[in-house]
Amino acid sequence: MYARQVWLAEGWVGNVVFRVSWSAVLIVFVSVMHCAFAAADDRPWPDVLEDAKGQAVYWHAWGGDRNVNQYIDWVADEVRSQFGVTLRHVKVRNISETVTLLMAEKAAGRSQDGRIDLLWLNGENFAALKSEDLLYGPFAESLPNFQLVDTENKPTTVKDFTIPTEGFESPWGMAQLIFYADRDRVKEPPNNLDELAFWLQNNPGRFTYPAPPDFTGTTWLKQILWTLISDKDRLYQPVQESDFVEVSKPLWEYLDLIHPHLWRSGRTFPQTYPALRQLLSDREIDIAFSFNPAEVANAILNGSLPPSVAPIKVGAATIGNTHFVAIPRTSGSVEGALVVANFLLSPRAQAHKADPRVWGDPTVLDVVRLPADAAQLFADIDRLPTANDSKFTQSIAEEPHPSWTEMLEKEWRNRYAR
Amino acid sequence: MAIVVLFMVPILAGLLGTALPSFGYWPGDSTRALHVQPWRDLADAPGLGQAIFTSVFSGVGATVLSLVIAVSFTASWSNSKISLLVSRSTAPLLAVPHAAFAIGFAFLFIPSGWLIRIITPWLSGWSAPPDYLFIQDLHGVGLMVALVCKELFFLLLVMQAALSQIDAQKYLSVTRTLGSWPVCAWLKVIFPMIYPQIRLPLYAVLAYSLSVVDMSMIVGPATPPSLSVLAVNWMQDPDIGTRLQGAAAALLLFGIVVIAVLGWRGLEKIVIACGRAWIFNGPRTFAEKFTHWISGIATSLILVVSGFALISLVLWSFADVWRFPAALPSEFTLRTWIGAWDGLKVHSISTFILAIVSGAVALLLGLGILENEYWKGARPKVAGQFFLYMPLMIPQVSFLFGLQVALVYLNIDGSWLAVVWSHLVFVVPYVFLIFADPFRNLDPRFTKTALSLGKPPFTVLRTVKIPLLKAPMAIAFAVGFSVSVSQYLATLFPGVGKIQTLTTEAVTLAAGGDRRDLGAYGLAQFMLPLIVFSIAAAVAARHTRTL
Repeated sequence: MYARQVWLAEGWVGNVVFRVSWSAVLIVFVSVMHCAFAAADDRPWPDVLEDAKGQAVYWHAWGGDRNVNQYIDWVADEVRSQFGVTLRHVKVRNISETVTLLMAEKAAGRSQDGRIDLLWLNGENFAALKSEDLLYGPFAESLPNFQLVDTENKPTTVKDFTIPTEGFESPWGMAQLIFYADRDRVKEPPNNLDELAFWLQNNPGRFTYPAPPDFTGTTWLKQILWTLISDKDRLYQPVQESDFVEVSKPLWEYLDLIHPHLWRSGRTFPQTYPALRQLLSDREIDIAFSFNPAEVANAILNGSLPPSVAPIKVGAATIGNTHFVAIPRTSGSVEGALVVANFLLSPRAQAHKADPRVWGDPTVLDVVRLPADAAQLFADIDRLPTANDSKFTQSIAEEPHPSWTEMLEKEWRNRYAR
Repeated sequence: MAIVVLFMVPILAGLLGTALPSFGYWPGDSTRALHVQPWRDLADAPGLGQAIFTSVFSGVGATVLSLVIAVSFTASWSNSKISLLVSRSTAPLLAVPHAAFAIGFAFLFIPSGWLIRIITPWLSGWSAPPDYLFIQDLHGVGLMVALVCKELFFLLLVMQAALSQIDAQKYLSVTRTLGSWPVCAWLKVIFPMIYPQIRLPLYAVLAYSLSVVDMSMIVGPATPPSLSVLAVNWMQDPDIGTRLQGAAAALLLFGIVVIAVLGWRGLEKIVIACGRAWIFNGPRTFAEKFTHWISGIATSLILVVSGFALISLVLWSFADVWRFPAALPSEFTLRTWIGAWDGLKVHSISTFILAIVSGAVALLLGLGILENEYWKGARPKVAGQFFLYMPLMIPQVSFLFGLQVALVYLNIDGSWLAVVWSHLVFVVPYVFLIFADPFRNLDPRFTKTALSLGKPPFTVLRTVKIPLLKAPMAIAFAVGFSVSVSQYLATLFPGVGKIQTLTTEAVTLAAGGDRRDLGAYGLAQFMLPLIVFSIAAAVAARHTRTL
């Protein structure tokens, strides 16, 4: 009654006021309801920070390399002192184990208070979780530090193995396949895969690769296939079972060629790329590869490799990607996980990570657009004596479609793990 | 009985939880029908034949070899100084968790490892490591040798325990006066007497060797790995078909263990039949000198290898730079320990808490069961015994997976309760194994006297029995403690990453991690049981009555 009287009495002004006030009420009501059920990324960041205090975040991340583990320990110290979040690094051999755990939780019908709060993943594992609707989000683009990410020049920060991330995972580092050799023992390193095969025939047993399904081993397979395949575009579309054998023939022919000349005649393989590095350090092999472009600089600095080791260019381009963190939908510490993900994107964390004395993992940020004090952190790294080694660059080839990963791993096991 | 049921439940639930998926039933999956597709997938899986061969060869081979060495050593060297040395070092060597030992063992024997570094280049003239495959070799020989190193001391301990209950010397001297040589006398007279006591532990050793996961991952073949590792890998695959295949593989492993144990039993019967003739009418010597020297050399070699494996862990944890072919690290540092300290602290505390709780609860349960049995006047039932030792004979991988599903349903996965319960399932049998016979063989006159003085049963237990049994109790607790520390799968599956121990960390790091960190973790993993064992041995030494 009152509203109608106002409407009639005040004319068109009252009409507008009436409509506006009701709209306001409606908007407030809807936003209150929305906030109650909203994803945290809609809430203002200070609220998220407040809720995150005191939470424990279990981050399932590959724990196979000491540098990675020590960097994550540093991150844990920082988020505890700055944000009151307790970060625990759960070292996994392969993130697919965690994917299995999440699927087991789903099977058991668990919808909250899951045991996993953050995962380090990319590629086929991300694709699997996204398709099963097991990820929280989208959240990445609403993280305050995400605006610093270089999405233009580093397209893999928003496109994971050709699949758009759509904000369901947040980038935190870059990787690329880089070969290196002991230059004291390898005077003329091979420049491409053919020369590598030839070099192996003359130096039997002095090279090997980690066995798939280790991600570096799988990337090695993809690298060979990408180099030798006639139509590279095929790799960026989902794999077809019907002609997989035909299309992947060059890869298996190459491997059949080099396997008898590999370390231990290809009867056994190291399990990870740090194990491969250990073989080089033990003088069991002379050429190795890693997924960290600053591997050599970092290893020489901490004594894992002798100073005679240097990166070498094998092939025109090598496969590179971005690695991400994602939050499971069932996590009980979502705010804590968001805070950690945001911290990982901060210039301080990125610079510390890119420091070859720590890890050397390249940054996802656009250093040029950073504010002066942040940019200074990166400039300081550039001035380090080993800067030249860590600045070894090679063109990046994009990762194929994730469906290729599983088929390649399966076929490799069929052929060589009998 | 109720207590036994408490342990049967997880085992049965676990077995069911593994058996059902192997026939295609997976909770949450739309196809809830039973079918044999997982078994078909298993049959088609690459490397299955090789994996089975590796498991069987290394498992049975390790058990046979360690039994032979243990028997020949005890037969030839009992009562000598070397035997005393061995029995004193049994305790610390038993305390070494399998993962730590495997890591040190691997470093000793790889072509760029310590043994080769010691002789290179001054003896061998090599500038690069030689090309041979022992650790991670295709047939599991490296794994077999590593298993023997560990099993030998367990068998020696068990045999000592059995020997302490019979007056071996008396029998031996009689037999020798009848003209038999020492080894022959021992084999003919003592061995048949103690074999029934060591039978169950022997089956446990056989089952363990066939289904070991953590040692297999470190020193066993990689492509393809042994059947147990294959099952674990498949069970952790995101693809559900592969997981079902893993469940089928775990069940297959269980079947293999059952066949192996039954086969061994059959072999026993044959040996008994043939042996009887040999005992009564056979010759009085048994390759005396040969057995004497070979067993001595083998046991000492194994002792030395074990010692060096552990020392290498110590060296690596303090090394900064140790490159081939240096025999010792060229630079030392404390950085590794400092860097690893935070993680070590957290993991050591979890390991310690889990082990203390498991050991204590297991001991209490064991006391409870035995005391109950005493008062009921019951003789240990074969069925009861069997149920108690079943966890030792079923491959861990075969039922932990199913147990995991049950824990997730009950919403207690990742909790301390779940992990302690899983540990208890394995710790209780070992504790019982060590503790049962000394308890049962306690002179009943002590108890009867105390009772006749008017004391209630519980007071008798507290004031008379327990003080008399301090030595076996201490050893049993120490064994329980180290079994708990060693648990890999039993922490990995129920813990879901929330609860991590030194063992789970060490096995993850062993995949290629920095040897310096491995050394620190391996050493930490070894120190805990060592300390507890030393305390237990000291308590035992003070309280052992000479027989």
